[in-house]
Amino acid sequence: MSAITTPLAQTPGAWRLPYRGKVGMACLIIAESAIFTIFVVAYLFYAGKSMTGPTPREVLETPIFFTICLLSSSLTIHFAEKFLERGGRGAFLGLWFLTILLGGLFLFGTGREWHRLIYEHGLTISTNLFGTTYYSLVGLHAFHVTVGLIMLSIVFLFGLAGRVGSEQSARVGVLSMYWHFVDAVWVVVFTVVYILGR
Amino acid sequence: MSSDAIAIRAAEIEGRPWVETLHDWITTVDHKRLGILYILFSLLFLVIGGIEATIMRVQLMRPHSDFVPPQVFNRMFTMHGTTMIFFVAMPIVFGFANYLVPLMVGARDMAFPRLNAFSFWLTAFSGILLYFSFVGGSGLYGAGNAPDVGWWAYAPLTSRAFSPGHSSDYWTVAVLVSGFGSIGTATNIIATIFSMRCPGMTLGRMPLMAWLSLVMSGLVLITITPLSAAQIMLLVDRYLGGHFFDTQAGGSAALWMHFFWIFGHPEVYILVIPAFAIASEIIPVFSRKPIFGYPIMVAATVCIGFISMSVWAHHMFTIGMNSTANTFFVLTTMAISVPTGIKIFNWIGTMWGGKIQFKTPMLFCIAFLFQFLIAGLTGIMLGAAPFNWQLSGSYFVVAHFHYVIVGAILFCIFGGFYYWFPKATGRMLDERLGKLHFWLFVIGFHLTFDAMHIPGLLGMPRRIYTYEPGRGWDTWNVIVTIGTFIQGIATLIFVANLIFSYFKGPKAGNDPWDAWTLEWSVSSPPPAYNFATIPTVASRRPLWDKKHPEDPDSRYE
Repeated sequence: MSAITTPLAQTPGAWRLPYRGKVGMACLIIAESAIFTIFVVAYLFYAGKSMTGPTPREVLETPIFFTICLLSSSLTIHFAEKFLERGGRGAFLGLWFLTILLGGLFLFGTGREWHRLIYEHGLTISTNLFGTTYYSLVGLHAFHVTVGLIMLSIVFLFGLAGRVGSEQSARVGVLSMYWHFVDAVWVVVFTVVYILGR
Repeated sequence: MSSDAIAIRAAEIEGRPWVETLHDWITTVDHKRLGILYILFSLLFLVIGGIEATIMRVQLMRPHSDFVPPQVFNRMFTMHGTTMIFFVAMPIVFGFANYLVPLMVGARDMAFPRLNAFSFWLTAFSGILLYFSFVGGSGLYGAGNAPDVGWWAYAPLTSRAFSPGHSSDYWTVAVLVSGFGSIGTATNIIATIFSMRCPGMTLGRMPLMAWLSLVMSGLVLITITPLSAAQIMLLVDRYLGGHFFDTQAGGSAALWMHFFWIFGHPEVYILVIPAFAIASEIIPVFSRKPIFGYPIMVAATVCIGFISMSVWAHHMFTIGMNSTANTFFVLTTMAISVPTGIKIFNWIGTMWGGKIQFKTPMLFCIAFLFQFLIAGLTGIMLGAAPFNWQLSGSYFVVAHFHYVIVGAILFCIFGGFYYWFPKATGRMLDERLGKLHFWLFVIGFHLTFDAMHIPGLLGMPRRIYTYEPGRGWDTWNVIVTIGTFIQGIATLIFVANLIFSYFKGPKAGNDPWDAWTLEWSVSSPPPAYNFATIPTVASRRPLWDKKHPEDPDSRYE
């Protein structure tokens, strides 16, 4: 971006192009959406086709609380970003930490559910088609949450060290795009697994 | 000014040990060097894939041949297909896009130079991983080494029961990793085009190469990823005991086919759109006319991109879909020939009334026009479900898609080599060797792939390692094999030309073809920073404006 600032002064009318980080993240989100679409299609295609139990109706419990946690983390990261833009470092760090906490809670929820399914109901990835599709779809999402949490934590550590200011808000915005995407995917996964799939 | 910079750099390089030069190339994040690395990498694999093809053709030259055993033949066609698609065609189109797009849009580098290097090395390592299967793939069972499941790797062939050992794992992981590399490069190309254009370079003024690379990258994002997802599922099946494609547990082999072809068909367009891009740059310059119908060309390409995502099941007419699905996919397949036809008319419209110069790049592009038309016609034949039921899985199909991949894509890429080699190296490719390469390759190509249609029509199935004499296939197979050798010789002449001209070719200067896009405004080879000052453009042909200030394009656009 800085490379084109010099001729900007000479050209009449501003020459503005979108921030490359945003474009790059948008591309990644498009690519990831295609991956999730294929897993969702596989889940729906195989819904009810398992030849042995347990079935989703028997064992799944709707994780309302943890869903609320994850979805509200989209709000906290949004406001964290806004505070950072205006230079409110303290509020940014607080809300950022809250985002990590809510994401962590969600991941804990997934872990608890998997533990229950494995140890109480004997459902593993190789038990039946439901197990295969359920663990891969939810697991793929949980993997993305984990990656997001790692990146959020790195930013948090940099923030604690005082290295994250309003100059970095565009980059932080790129990460928050990713986090919004992870939340949006959960809305789809939730609908497919816990509503349609039962 | 820029020539001084080159002189200094050349003097610096002369005194340096080769290890340092090598280190520079391996750690480079420069889009031009990475583009060249992509192209060299794919040329290496082109030779390997060509050797595999030759082994198959020698085996099939006469009936009951025992040149290679059936197991080896299966490995050869699997490795040939996988190599040519993932490690020749993809890297070579990425190489061209990498090298040219930043230069054409007036940028100093790609949007994410380090991601660019990362993507290249992912691709390079996945290619090495695939070939490591020859030595490392025997696994615990001593059962086979290289993958032998065909390049579609249909279920249940890839299940543990039918593919013990690790050969299929090498295939899966190599393709998965190369997919990640492709996504990285596609992201980079899109971000470069959206965020790095020089002032005045509006989307409507971009060279068609940039536009078509944009569409190609968009297709990569949406259609390589389903394959990555399917590969992850296959790994879950093979390593974690999943049942995605396990029919005994209720899984579906047809689902893999759908997932594979959702990738597989748009992949053809991922490869052919860059070929269109090369033709759209070369044909105007050698017809001495601006491209005919620029906005229509862009619109047709975007149209092809969208329609290409809805045609995949025309690869699956024989698996027994219902008649609604069959009809839908026949109609979409027919529909995609409309924008493609528009493009052919536009190229002819560009040549119409132009002062055509029959230099080697132009010869390849003219051959491309004819051959791509024939490939499209056999495509329409195969796109009709009843015809497809008759000939699916025969050599007619093999002839058809090689007509696209060799006759259209490879011809354009050869044209691109002759056109941009002077820019990348500073020296012209030898024109006489180039013409020899062209004519030999045309003859070899037509001997091989025209003749290959006939045994297909006579019922010769693909992927058989041998056949009975007296079915009317014998002579045709001899002709096909002879053509293969002629193509091989032509390719060797091409490689010799590359090496000879790199050292001895006449100096090219900045703009040997009197062309109009920004890459010709810088020195050959371009300096590391591309542009000393970022240019400002006012039309689609910035160099025309510069050379003809009395009659600039910007007056009419």
